[in-house]
Amino acid sequence: MKGTSMDEVLLRSALAAIGVAVAAGPLGAVVLWRRMVYFGDTISHAALLGVAFALALNLPIFLGVLICALGIAALVLTSSGRFHHTNTLLGVAAHSSLSLGLVAVALLGGPVDIDLESYLIGDIASVDWRDVAIIGAGGALALGLVAWRWQRLLMASLDRDMALAKGQNPDHEAIFFTVALALLVAVAIQVVGALLITALLIIPAVAARLGAKTPERMVFLAAALGGMAAVAGLFGATQLATPVGPTIVVAALIFLILASIARRVFSAC
Amino acid sequence: MSSILMSTKGVGLRLDGREVLHDVSFSISEAEIVTIVGPNGSGKSSFLKILIGALKPSQGRMQRRVGLRIGYVPQRLQLDHIFPMTVLRFLKLGSAKPAEIAEIVERFGLVQITGQQLSSLSGGQLQRVLLANAMNGAPDLLVLDEAAQGLDQPAVAGFYRLIERMRREFGCAVLMVSHDLHVVMSASDRVICLNRHICCEGSPTIVSEAPEYRELFGYGTEGALALYRHEHDHEGHEHG
Repeated sequence: MKGTSMDEVLLRSALAAIGVAVAAGPLGAVVLWRRMVYFGDTISHAALLGVAFALALNLPIFLGVLICALGIAALVLTSSGRFHHTNTLLGVAAHSSLSLGLVAVALLGGPVDIDLESYLIGDIASVDWRDVAIIGAGGALALGLVAWRWQRLLMASLDRDMALAKGQNPDHEAIFFTVALALLVAVAIQVVGALLITALLIIPAVAARLGAKTPERMVFLAAALGGMAAVAGLFGATQLATPVGPTIVVAALIFLILASIARRVFSAC
Repeated sequence: MSSILMSTKGVGLRLDGREVLHDVSFSISEAEIVTIVGPNGSGKSSFLKILIGALKPSQGRMQRRVGLRIGYVPQRLQLDHIFPMTVLRFLKLGSAKPAEIAEIVERFGLVQITGQQLSSLSGGQLQRVLLANAMNGAPDLLVLDEAAQGLDQPAVAGFYRLIERMRREFGCAVLMVSHDLHVVMSASDRVICLNRHICCEGSPTIVSEAPEYRELFGYGTEGALALYRHEHDHEGHEHG
């Protein structure tokens, strides 16, 4: 094995961060429209349970997280409204899957020291070329699913009954979108960690809304802002020696604040 | 024979163990305007949801003409400001053909507002946009769920004239749900009075004089009924 140069690590990190953020922006826009922020939180917290699952069965982390995210999503989608209000259910599921995951990872750790922090806020330095390929493929697949269902997804997000009257089934769109979201969570955990995935989803999308008049425009802007936040965050983190995941989120927040100020100034003129 | 677009036979619905609808048999034919009236909680919105396929009946049968196209106007659109959607983009969801969109925009007088956000429209403007969207693709049946709610009286009268025009120009049947008694009735061929089951049905005049209807809406609505008669006498010249 050849030693890897600093440049190569940086290149891999940049590709991974940009890949995740560019996919997260558009998905985040749809999450906002469908009022699924809490749902997004729930399946990204379930990612930690997926880590434990993967460690226990010796599976790739990506696969364990994907399976767990889909499992929790299916549980919530099928039982919501039956026992409790959906938000109540999501609150229970989000935090108990996070805690279960933490407990399970700690138990499995045993004598080997498992770095919990890397799963909570990401560990981009550990990304190898295989991970970059998985992130690229997973992100592209998630975006592809959304693009494929786009018109129907918009209709289902606007009004459930209107979609049904047109002979469409909005429940199918909910399933397709949930799969896309689970794919994103699975590729994002290594980059920003279970705690920050929701932030990466929605902060660029909220900023994008400020400059968008149509859903398509918002989705493209969210992707662009996500990519910019990834680059700026990675650069900031190397300069300031701060953790990469949180720094990317802070960069996205700065873009949001700047966009809000720009809009204020614009509408005041 | 084939003029019936949609029918139900003995439809019942239970939600959370509560009986919402009981033994409802109903049909609507081509180019017919039917209004379902009933007090709050009478099951009229649930019945509409069954007809458009949003709810499954617990009992009974339902039949639809093969290939039936439904245009649906919801009560309101729960659209957050976070969802950017111009009037023009919204209309394009129903049809991608520019010529069809241009025609719809022209016909419904939306030229001035095509660039506006749906979330910024007034109640009356939004209703017109929702109606335009429902008519996009020339449906056989136009379904409206309390579509006039929240509009002021002149706007309601204007909105109902527009719906009558839809039937005239497109030849579609219209099914409305309403608790707004007098204005709706003047435009309807048939009124169905629903309170979990069908209490009475028939022409507006017959229903308004039926004892079941009186019992349901009370004698307190006599003012409204008088207004209805007045409007009916001067067909098409609603006041307000």
